[in-house]
Amino acid sequence: MKYKVIFFKLFIHLAALLPLVNAYYLALTDQLGADPVESIIHFTGIGAFNLLLLGLAITPVSKRFKLSMLLKVRRLVGLYSFTYALCHLLNFLVFEIQFDWSLFFNEIIDRPYITVGMVGMLTLLALAITSIPSLKKRMGKSWQKLHNWVYLAVLLVGIHFYWSVKSEIIEPSIYLFITFMLLALRFKKFKKKIKKD
Amino acid sequence: MLIKSSKQSDLKEHQVTDESVYLQRRELIKKMGFVGAGTLLSSAIPSVANAKGIDFFSSKAEKTFQRYALNFTADSSKNSEILTPEAKVTSHNNFYEFGTSKSDPVKNSQGFNVKPWQLKISGECDNPYTLDLDDLTKSFALEERIYRLRCVEAWSMVIPWVGFELAKLLQKAQPNSRAKYVAFETLHDPEQMPGQASRRIGGGIDYPYVEGLRIDEAMNPLALMSVGLYGKTLPAQNGAPIRLVVPWKYGFKSIKSIVAIKFTQSRPTSTWNVLAPSEYGFYANVNPEVDHPRWSQASERRITSGGLFARNRIDTLPFNGYGEEVADMYRNLDLRKNF
Ligand code: HEM
Repeated sequence: MKYKVIFFKLFIHLAALLPLVNAYYLALTDQLGADPVESIIHFTGIGAFNLLLLGLAITPVSKRFKLSMLLKVRRLVGLYSFTYALCHLLNFLVFEIQFDWSLFFNEIIDRPYITVGMVGMLTLLALAITSIPSLKKRMGKSWQKLHNWVYLAVLLVGIHFYWSVKSEIIEPSIYLFITFMLLALRFKKFKKKIKKD
Repeated sequence: MLIKSSKQSDLKEHQVTDESVYLQRRELIKKMGFVGAGTLLSSAIPSVANAKGIDFFSSKAEKTFQRYALNFTADSSKNSEILTPEAKVTSHNNFYEFGTSKSDPVKNSQGFNVKPWQLKISGECDNPYTLDLDDLTKSFALEERIYRLRCVEAWSMVIPWVGFELAKLLQKAQPNSRAKYVAFETLHDPEQMPGQASRRIGGGIDYPYVEGLRIDEAMNPLALMSVGLYGKTLPAQNGAPIRLVVPWKYGFKSIKSIVAIKFTQSRPTSTWNVLAPSEYGFYANVNPEVDHPRWSQASERRITSGGLFARNRIDTLPFNGYGEEVADMYRNLDLRKNF
């Protein structure tokens, strides 16, 4: 069992890191499409969203199929989602607007889809920091409360994606649909919570 | 801009370097293909633009759209801007008829058949006429024009087009006094254009793609009918066999693969304007002071070569830097309202 988990984690590290390193290598050497900046922004954005959805699917899937091992990698998947999202944000700042800080802050304030992305990003940041085991322990019950914010984050990311496209709304719509499905699986949890409060 | 002399071959050097860089890149990408294909999460991360890149350059590309060398007089303007490499001009296209991602058109258009082609010029004019495929490159003397192309998405290129002034084509039709606008239409052929057959591939746009200009805009000497780039006929993905190039307007005005040009009395519809009137105006003049609702238009990224660290963000100029030639036409127009 222990070895299985270690191998599984190793697999996730490779599966998340290799494509990222490969994409940056290609982009840095001008081989990732004609506009490597656009390509890398999209690659990391979609990657972050995929990993976030994957992380959210872990709990229901492990319950349904009694695969408790999956739960052991949930944190890792979440952290890689954050890593991709951080790359996505840095791509935007460093390569797209190239450290034009006034433009950066203006865009965050003026463009609703960027604002929404930023709120999602900050939420993911809070979750990533508090995933440190010692912090988690110290937070006690409030940890779960804070980490329920992941449901808000995934919704915001879905909206951010939908809002970012010009007219090709089918792909973001599919993503939003999957997001709603994953949220629906938590319906009972939400209902209980509302009753309790 | 004045096209004066007819010196050939200013471009030759660019073309040569370009070609060798292109081949080198091909080799590299082939090698990278191993890593690319072997990456484990590639199915879980579907976007993988790199995988698409690898596809495109892989040696199993079945057919390529044929291009032919053209005879033309070279651009003699003193434009010192660095050209966007041909490989990028021809692989980074917004041509939703062949797919919405920038790398889709080059992949999906190689089998595009332009024979036979007919471009009909009609409407409010005394001499309507039709051009066949051969006429497109033979009816008017061809010249090269090096223009900046500014996309509404805030990136830009510098492209050596080959073509002739739209005005020449229009004057031949002898427009009458009711001709206030010129309407353009792209080919509608869902069998050849997968984006027209499927809303998913075509980005939910209503086809055929249509565009329009005021007659004075259309008659402006800068407005070009392009039949080629980098010295050869147009690749399919760039709008073969004939397209419009209006360099002081956002790229979406420069309609591709045109089959009909019509003089009209009232303002023609234009595809993006109908789709999202608050985001894309009829005029669509490049204007750093009027932002797209979702992003700034004050600056742009100039696509040349170099990877992620190419410091290529530059200020956007009013009318894309062609104000001297075109600003007069808009003297009495509030450009904030008529964006
Ligand atoms: C931190 C603030 C953020 C900024 C400034 C930002 C910026 C951007 C930009 C500029 C685009 C490209 C739009 C275009 O090409 O038209 C984009 C697309 C996208 N972003 Fe973000 N983003 C942020 C946060 C996030 C987060 C946290 C996620 C996911 C976890 C995310 C996921 C996506 C996705 C999936 C796309 C669409 C990619 C595609 O069209 O292929 N973004 N974002």
